Amino acid sequence: MNFNRRQFIKRLVLGLASVEAFFLLRNGVGNNAPDTNAEGMVNLGKVDSFQKGNVYPFVAHKLYVKRMKDGGFLALSNQCTHLGCVVNLNPQSNGFSCPCHASHFNENGEVLSAPAPRPLDQIPIHIKNGELFVDLAHPKKRNAYEKNQLTYA
Amino acid sequence: MAVLSKNKYPQSAFEKFVLHLHPHRIDQRALQFSRTFGLGGINALLFVLLVFTGLLLRFSYVPTATEAYTSVVRLQQQTLLGGFIRNVHHISAVLMVVVSFLHLLRVFYAQAIYEKRAQNWIFGLVLFLLVVASNFTGYLLPWDQLAYWAVTVITHMVEYIPLLGPPLADWVRRGDSVNGHTILNFYTLHTGILPIAFLVIMSFHFWLVRKAGGVALPQTENSEKVNVLPHLVVREILALFVVLAFIFLLAVFYDAPLLIQANPLESPNPAKAPWYFLGAQELLLHLHPVFAAFIIPLCLTLFFFSLPYWGRIKVHSGVWFNSAQGRKSTVATIGFSGIFTLVLIGLLEYALHVETWMPGLPGWLTSGMIPLLLYMVPTGLFVQWIVHKKGKRSRVEVLQVIVTGILTSYLVMTCVSWFLRGEGMQLIF
Repeated sequence: MNFNRRQFIKRLVLGLASVEAFFLLRNGVGNNAPDTNAEGMVNLGKVDSFQKGNVYPFVAHKLYVKRMKDGGFLALSNQCTHLGCVVNLNPQSNGFSCPCHASHFNENGEVLSAPAPRPLDQIPIHIKNGELFVDLAHPKKRNAYEKNQLTYA
Repeated sequence: MAVLSKNKYPQSAFEKFVLHLHPHRIDQRALQFSRTFGLGGINALLFVLLVFTGLLLRFSYVPTATEAYTSVVRLQQQTLLGGFIRNVHHISAVLMVVVSFLHLLRVFYAQAIYEKRAQNWIFGLVLFLLVVASNFTGYLLPWDQLAYWAVTVITHMVEYIPLLGPPLADWVRRGDSVNGHTILNFYTLHTGILPIAFLVIMSFHFWLVRKAGGVALPQTENSEKVNVLPHLVVREILALFVVLAFIFLLAVFYDAPLLIQANPLESPNPAKAPWYFLGAQELLLHLHPVFAAFIIPLCLTLFFFSLPYWGRIKVHSGVWFNSAQGRKSTVATIGFSGIFTLVLIGLLEYALHVETWMPGLPGWLTSGMIPLLLYMVPTGLFVQWIVHKKGKRSRVEVLQVIVTGILTSYLVMTCVSWFLRGEGMQLIF
């Protein structure tokens, strides 16, 4: 590269200003970002209160808890994997439907019809002393429903 | 000045100021209303109107999640003419999208984007993006159900940009969902950064119009010149009053929408994007998000920004549609593209469920490439046919056909999404 002192100083100032601007934007704008998943572990109640074969909506925690016929638990995020709308229970298919772009999911959260690109996110479940806890801070992306996603009491 | 002093020397500061915006004398033909429809000037007026009403709204608006909605309600119910001011702001903003889009169409079809006007087309497109960005950031501020879910949908679209998308979306929202900090971000953009960007780029835009010699006119041997004062300025003031009267009258009878307060726990059914993004939302229903939210917008943006550099040969600057043939092929394209888009939407909705026929194939193929090819191949064949039908068309007219096709499809998708989609985004006929 071939440039003189004047250009060098110009570029230096511009470079320093860019670095400053980058940190201003990153820290200034993003700094007090709220920790939206600060809730962490949430107690959803006694395991026995969930009947087998039923789906329970927990609207405030943005999830559904499904208890399988064999007693296994599956917690699904209620946020559509397409564009983040809240999916509703669909009484006809026993699955979930998104009101925004008409994605449909089956009872295990797998995609029945596009545009959603992947199944509903799975929320990890922990069972302690007969009570059900969900770990809201660590939703899991998945490609399909598998048996090992179930948690047993 | 010598030319001017023959007639009337500008006296007042106002007259002198006008003569710094306009040249002293312009071609008689530039006065004809149907040459520009005054669209650029109306846009400038709308900008001024939006600045004034926006500043008034700032007095009562509180940019926090708990206060935003109630502050808007209080403005409407307890402030004298509060609702009227908000209506004027809303109507002007909506009109600005429409008018700047029409302005874009006008300069494109009047061949006023090539050669010395190429640079200004770029500035114009940036201004258009700023109009959309201002509209979108303003959309969230009332913090009602309409606003919340529209912004949720659009910021999630950003997440489909490979690599950069998720951090960018989190940064814009300041979190993984729309929240109180998003309001503050959008408020700062809407009332500070974007208006300043407007002022800077508008200055360039106006200056480049002057540099290019004003309105694009067909070449002619003998053109007659007239004084800007009063001939052009009187027409501008007339247009100003007509537009103002229209907006004020509408603001009395039409109220800017305000639904119930935003509820992050429940999406309304159907949840629709802002009306100018409805075409994009319709595209999202049929195409894999990586295509609909990233690849296609990127390609279209590059295409539109590079337009002036594609077709520079045989341009008849200032001639609508470049020639009589150009006009015919444009009309034919509107017909084809309009009907074809409608038919394709119907087919994709009711008959062609590629992803259920071939569940083994990846999503980007079944709901991405295949629907895209279903659109591209017939459209490409049509363009080939219309271009070669009666001898070869000039490059400008080929571009005209392509742009017309794209815009018609977008408008058809917008209309379908707007009028024909009901609960669960199902088609209602």
